[in-house]
Order: sequence, then structure tokens, then C-alpha cells
Amino acid sequence: MTLVDVRDLVKHYAGERRWFGLGRPQAPVRAVDGVSFAIASGRTLGLVGESGSGKTTVGRTMLRLQEPTSGKVLFDDNDVFALDSGTLRALRRRMQIVFQDPYSSLNPRMTVEDTLREPLEIHGLNGTVPALLDEVGLDAEFAKRYPHELSGGQRQRVGIARALSVEPQFIVCDEPVSALDVSVQAQVLNLLADLQAKRRLTYLFIAHDLAVVRHIADDVAVMYLGKIVERAPAAEIYAQPRHPYTRALLSAVPEPNPHATKHRIVLTGDIPSPAHPPSGCPFHPRCPHPKKSERCRTEAPPLRAITPGHLAACHYAEEPM
Amino acid sequence: MTTPETTPALLRVRNLKTYFVTEHGTGTARAVDDVSFDLYPGETLGIVGESGCGKTVTSLSILRLVPEPPGHVLPGSLIEFEGRNLLALSAPELRAVRGNQIAMIFQEPMTSLNPVFTVGDQIAEAAIIHQHVSRSAARARAIEMLRLVGIPDPDERVDHYPHQLSGGMRQRVMIAMALVCHPKVLIADEPTTALDVTIQAQILELLDRLQHEMGMAVLLITHDLGVVAGHADRVVVMYAGRVVETASTEALFERPTHPYTEGLLAAVPRIDAPRARLHAIPGQVPAATAWPPGCRFHPRCPYAWEKCVAEEPPLLETGTPGHGARCWLVTEPERKVPQR
Repeated sequence: MTLVDVRDLVKHYAGERRWFGLGRPQAPVRAVDGVSFAIASGRTLGLVGESGSGKTTVGRTMLRLQEPTSGKVLFDDNDVFALDSGTLRALRRRMQIVFQDPYSSLNPRMTVEDTLREPLEIHGLNGTVPALLDEVGLDAEFAKRYPHELSGGQRQRVGIARALSVEPQFIVCDEPVSALDVSVQAQVLNLLADLQAKRRLTYLFIAHDLAVVRHIADDVAVMYLGKIVERAPAAEIYAQPRHPYTRALLSAVPEPNPHATKHRIVLTGDIPSPAHPPSGCPFHPRCPHPKKSERCRTEAPPLRAITPGHLAACHYAEEPM
Repeated sequence: MTTPETTPALLRVRNLKTYFVTEHGTGTARAVDDVSFDLYPGETLGIVGESGCGKTVTSLSILRLVPEPPGHVLPGSLIEFEGRNLLALSAPELRAVRGNQIAMIFQEPMTSLNPVFTVGDQIAEAAIIHQHVSRSAARARAIEMLRLVGIPDPDERVDHYPHQLSGGMRQRVMIAMALVCHPKVLIADEPTTALDVTIQAQILELLDRLQHEMGMAVLLITHDLGVVAGHADRVVVMYAGRVVETASTEALFERPTHPYTEGLLAAVPRIDAPRARLHAIPGQVPAATAWPPGCRFHPRCPYAWEKCVAEEPPLLETGTPGHGARCWLVTEPERKVPQR
């Protein structure tokens, strides 16, 4: 059953005005440019991309932490963008977010206990702080501590406990382990997986690291310059990536194996600015595909099914590379 | 690759101790605590570890860039470059080495580049200071270096300011600055950590090519075991201010001997493995002001027994030459039974 349904989501930021706001506006930044996906209840969609791909904006706009330019988000059949503030507040309890940097998302003047008790009181819930701490693997003594007294991994556990406090069904995890050391990252990923199984949670897991996503996602969507360029079940996308960008991204991951003999595709050039995306296929200036043609420069490829359930936005997705 | 037995080391670090006085003056953080290793000509030595293990302070200590106070390198430490102890050099003598024969690149290029000078001026500066070339010759060198590090339109880019460049381009400029004097040693401290994965691949490939062309030795400081596997000849693993394991890259990944190395390798998410629960190392890195007694890893180690709590092991030779681990399991392998 679909819990979250995103349809043609668009978020453009107005271009900056030069000359202290008096000049002509610059081109708008097309952070998210027509993104659609659905997540079934209890599943995890991994949303992967590099900086400027728009992945974080998708997560925040879905929860209406930012207003969209256009498009629709249905949460359990409620139109999130059409709700009045009262209904939205009630719905927010069911949709939570865990941020990358728990240090800047926790109030430095509040103890862990205060941070966790506030949402319980606002929503009149029965949960208790010790139970929440226990659920995320922290001793009850942590209740009296302030964020600066915690390590990065402990802070992220508190961030997760805060999200859990209101008993949500859906959590946007926005790079939740990117700031953590490898050994602690594994602890937090395992915790997220355990909580999902126990509470039947649905995740949108946003990350730049394809290897991390591999360990948590059921389905994976890859973004490039505000668009989804490939979407498929996780096992499928890692075994048989179809979009040249996904192939390059996978080949660029440094593997902890000195005998790895995989063929590395090193892309040339930088990621273009989302204010001035290239014509046609946004990936064409960096694309290493041997079949690349004039068509790529002029005609934007639609996201289409290559095999059932496996979508890619490339004119030559069927061709070997 | 070199053969450590026949070639003398280019850089020898012996018993390096770099301590910091903590903010309130109440404690001492023993960030780097008796670290020794060698760097041979032309090789890449990876120093790998997590936050707080002392890898960055080690690299800063080599070029005497540790801010003093609060930090200080303890007497008895030795950093020998081509037979001279860098810790005993006068300021002018040190300047002749730093940026000239030993150069360094940092994680965040934006904070290491000067925003009010063009990238050309910044690359040329080292050539003017160390090699006494004229301004026009230095500018030509700067353009040549920009071309070498793969920046398109170098004649134009030479007059650009850092803010006009992308993150990947800035890191290329940093590399150009570091290499303009053809150093014998390049210290690269997390050179790709702030970059996207496709840009990281470009920069690592560039460093490999330049090292091959210029024949320099590279000290590659990183937290990423994947980067080490693909680019280092030998590896030093650090934990809690100590070297806990050292080996050739091949031996380290095939036969990790210290339980910390073993745990770290198992904790890395991999794209070539099916979806599965990750191995996590319990607990966290202790504070540098209060390292645990005995083996510093024992509170997190699955195999620890009484001896590990009572007595810290030295770096013990395993069966393979050049492969050492600071763990009692080397001498008592039968104790390798998980206790928890």
C-alpha cells in the first residue's frame, strides 16, 4: 500500500538580484525539476545524488518545511500542500525528519530530557523519555546531558529519539550518517533498520553514498540536477545500472579491496549549476556513453521503463557501455 | 613501489609525541602518543583512522604547523627528513624545506586559499620564494602547473580568484600550489573528503598520475579504507594516538590482525556485498585526555582479556615482514575467542 506519493514535484528558487537587490533577477535555480515517486508502507526509498542534485530539497519540500513551486505530495491520501495549518500540524506528527548534523538541529540550551519531552507534551502522548532513550540504545543517565556533552553518534541517536517521540509512520532521513565515523555509522544504520522492523516505519533515506544506501534501501532513485535519472529496486540498480551517470557513480565508489579490478569510469568536468542546466539531457556534457549523439544535446530523455519496474532517463539505456 | 630493505627512508618519524593543554588548563590531551613510521622515496603511505585518532596532528607535526600553545611536540620526538631533524631546524631553515621539499594539501581548499589573490599569484608565490625565478617566469610556471593538474583554459584561469572556481577546481589549484616546486614529499590530508564522489575519483586519479610523473612520495591521510585500498602501497592504522597496525596494503586487507582494523573493515558499507546488517564496533573513541589503561582499544575489543587491561602491547611483528600489530593476539592467537 502506498503511503507517500510524490507527483511532479517542482521547487525553483528565485534568482538573486544583483546591485543590493535593485538589479534584474538572475536565472532561477531549478533545485527540483519534476520529481515523481511513491513509497509503499514499511519500505525504504534511497534517494541518491551529489551536491546540488536537489535531493535534500525534495525531502524538505515533501514535509512542507519549504513551500513547493508546483506538484503534489499525497501522504496517506492527504494532499500535503493543500492542508490548512491545523491539519498540517496534526499530519506532521506522522511525518518526521532526521537531519545530517544533529549538533545544529538540537537546541544547545536544552537537556536531552527537555528536547524529548517537549513533543510528548505538545501532542499529549503517553511515551516517556527513558523508554525513548532505551529504544535508541542510550542509557537513562543521558537524559540530564546537554548536546555538547555527547559524541556525534550519541547526538544522532537523540535526533532519532526526537523523531520517534511523536510515533511517526514516515521519516525523512537526510544524510543521517554522513557526519559520523565508519564504526559509529554502522551502529546508527543498524539502529535505523531495527526501528523500521519494530515500528513498521517508512523511510526516505537521502544520501550521497551509494554503499550506505545499499545497506538500507529497498528501492533506489538517483538524482542529477533536480531530476530523477534512474529508479529501480535496489538489487537491480546495483547489479545492472542503466543510466551512464549511475554507472559512473557506482564505479567511482572507492572499494576497500586492493584487488578490485572494476573498470573505473572517471567523469570529466564539474556538475553544472542548477541555475543554468545544459540543454537536452542534463548529463550530456559529462556523459561517457559511446552512443552519445546530437539527440542528447537537443532532446531531454524522459524517465521510461527499460524493464518492468526499472526506469531510466537515457536515450541509450539499453545499449552497453 | 620501493623495497624498504634496500632504500634509505626519505622521512623517518620516531617516537613522535604531540600533546595539547586543554582549554581550562586542567588536562593534557595526548593526541599523538609515541608514533613511529618511515616514508620511502616514491611510495604512497596511507595513514588511516577515525576522528580523534591523531592522524591529522601527526601530519601537522611533521611540518611543525601545530599551533603552540596549546600544542607542543615533546622532547625525544624525531622527524628526520633526508638525515636532518626537522624539529631542530631554525625558522629560516625550516622555511626552505616547507612548501619546497615537503608540501601539503588540506581537506578544505576554500579555507586554505587566499580569497584576495588570484590563483596564479598563489601558485607563483612558492616558485618566487623558493626558486628565485622572475615574476614573468613564475607566471608561466603557474600556467604550466594549472595545465598539468587538468584545469581547462589555464591562460585564462590563472587570473581567476578562488571564489570563481568549483570545489574540484580549487582542490586542483591547491595541488598545483603544492607541486610547483617539485617536492620530494607530498602530505595529502583528506584531499578528497569534501568532494563529491565523481570529483573525488578525478582528483585521486590526478594525484596518482602526478606522483608517477614527478616521482614524489605521498603521505595520504584519510578515514576512508576504500581510498587507501586503491591508492596506498603501505598503510599505518592509528587509534587513540597510537599506531595499532602497519602493513603492506595487500597484507592489511587480506590479513587484518588488530581487532580494531578487523572491526573497521567489517563496518565499511560495500556496494559489492548484498544488503545485510553491518558489523558495528561497540562504544566510541575515548577522550584524548583519558586514554584507557592497558591496550587503548580494550573497552571496545571483542577479544579482550585481563592482560589487555593490565598491560599495553608493543607493536608486535606478525609472520609477514613489515606487518606489525599492537595486540597480544599476535603472541597468543589461541585467545581469539569473542568474549561478548
